[in-house]
Amino acid sequence: MIPILIGVTFLTFTLFNLVGGDPAIRFAGKHATVERVAEIRAELGLDRSVGEQYLFFVKQIVTFDYGRSWATKQEISTMITDGLGATLSLTVPSFVASVAFCILLALFAVYGRGTILDRGTVVVCLGLLSVSSLVYILALQYVLAFQGGLFPISGWDPSWTGRWEYLVLPWIILFVLSLGPNILIYRTVIMDEVFQDYVRTARAKGLAEKHVFAKHVLKNAMIPIITVVVIEMPVLITGSVLIENFFGIPGLGGTVIKALNDSDFPVIKAFTVISAMAYMIFNLLADVLYSAVDPRVKLS
Amino acid sequence: MSTQTQPLIQVKDLTKSFPIKGGLLGREVASVKAVQGINLEIRKGETLGLVGESGCGKSTLGRCIIRLIEPTSGQVIMNGQDITTLEGEGLRALRRKMQIIFQDPYASLNPRMTVGSIITEPLEIHGLFNSKKDREDRVKQLLETVGLRPEHFNRYPHEFSGGQRQRIGIARALAVEPEFIVCDEPVSALDVSIQAQVINLLMDLQQKLGLTYLFIAHDLKVVEHISNRVAVMYLGRIVEIAEGEELYKHPTHPYTKALLSAIPTPNPRRTEQRIILTGDVPSPIRPPSGCHFHPRCPIATEQCKGEAPQLKLTRADHQTSCLLAKPQ
Repeated sequence: MIPILIGVTFLTFTLFNLVGGDPAIRFAGKHATVERVAEIRAELGLDRSVGEQYLFFVKQIVTFDYGRSWATKQEISTMITDGLGATLSLTVPSFVASVAFCILLALFAVYGRGTILDRGTVVVCLGLLSVSSLVYILALQYVLAFQGGLFPISGWDPSWTGRWEYLVLPWIILFVLSLGPNILIYRTVIMDEVFQDYVRTARAKGLAEKHVFAKHVLKNAMIPIITVVVIEMPVLITGSVLIENFFGIPGLGGTVIKALNDSDFPVIKAFTVISAMAYMIFNLLADVLYSAVDPRVKLS
Repeated sequence: MSTQTQPLIQVKDLTKSFPIKGGLLGREVASVKAVQGINLEIRKGETLGLVGESGCGKSTLGRCIIRLIEPTSGQVIMNGQDITTLEGEGLRALRRKMQIIFQDPYASLNPRMTVGSIITEPLEIHGLFNSKKDREDRVKQLLETVGLRPEHFNRYPHEFSGGQRQRIGIARALAVEPEFIVCDEPVSALDVSIQAQVINLLMDLQQKLGLTYLFIAHDLKVVEHISNRVAVMYLGRIVEIAEGEELYKHPTHPYTKALLSAIPTPNPRRTEQRIILTGDVPSPIRPPSGCHFHPRCPIATEQCKGEAPQLKLTRADHQTSCLLAKPQ
């Protein structure tokens, strides 16, 4: 993991230094004097050698102190923790609910494979999948919040107790958005297991079909399902920029979009490194989970 | 073995066709007629070998007999009881009497369960033995019966070789003390030297436990070695059935003759002519009219195209399904 992280920091650093141009000129504005630019360069530490700058960047990563944003002058670490809190409280509940619900529904679909129930599920999922996410956001916001008045249309309360009322509708939308792709993937994965020989063995033993599913099919299907879930996990952190925008949720997605628009390099750099670390942690998590569910995998 | 022995299993007019669905509404557009009107007797304590080319319906027939696949029509009668209508508890009880050993020892064992739990599971399902300890003892004893060691109990299938895994499959089938076992090509996935071991094990177990086997294979030599009687299948029908030695010495059906002539022998001075069949096995979706074998048969006549032959006695305890075969 450490070598990968070093690679990531090196790549991030090089890319920003090559592509970014001179941040001091950009930062100082169009009409700045040469002295002012030099002053800013010193302030940002850009007058030091490339090696020193890189070591400084590594130090920032290790100490989780990314300095201040160029655009807002805020501490970047605070910006990220604040944004992360909002994003996670948006994504985690609907993600967990969706994974659990979709696995269950996929199991039922496979259990009744070839029947109306199964075919109907596939058709509905394909239908759900074919509609743009904007339609769900606008339609549900309009019908449930504006017309029905069930939820606030948008808004945010930074306190941990007050934010939930604003989150219910975004949860519902994220959940509905994930139904189509998730059910279809899980259904395919579980369907693969049902036709395995060992499942036939279980039937030959005299095991009732529901127990065949619970004991043999689901347990073995968990191995590919974990892969799929882990691949989807980074969404938890990057969040859904669209939903955050529509509902005025100050999440990480919005923070990054804003930083990109402002060429706010320290924020973008910090975010790049943190997402890379998140990916690595999720991969590690997947490996640990594999070894827990699959006896053929041994962690060495 | 005499004809008078009470048959353990009688198969009557057994048919299985798999629908092929197509179109938007999933209507049945055609069907694969895998097994067509099979009549068969399996006698107590014997091994009936079942041979035929790939796709001729051998495995489907074996699985239909033990109700792992639902037959489309026909009856299977075991010890005088029609088992084709059993459901629920009755079907579960049937699983105690009939078991199956699968072809592929790599895929047929759940990779996530230990050998112990794979073999213990049938005991739990059927409520045999009261305590966990008794079940474990029984499983360890079974492992020894099939030539494995009791300490293999907590290992996983992937830690074993193909032959050992097939022994696990055999122990699993034996766990519920069945009377009848369908051996569905149990050695075709194994190395030749391992094949012999597994076949000898199956024969030893048959003697010790008084088992009855339906032994499905495409290797004629293996079948000759293990079987008392042999049935030859072609495109969903049985074309010839006789006592083993009789069938191998006096094949009557032209298909059997061709099959037997194809067995490689280690004798370089062999003089008999190989019969080469032309063409491929026809599709079971649209089988030929009359006798299924007529398009490839070297002696077929006009009559064979129109009339489907029935199994008839051609020699002592030897039935052939060929219009041209004369009783001798």
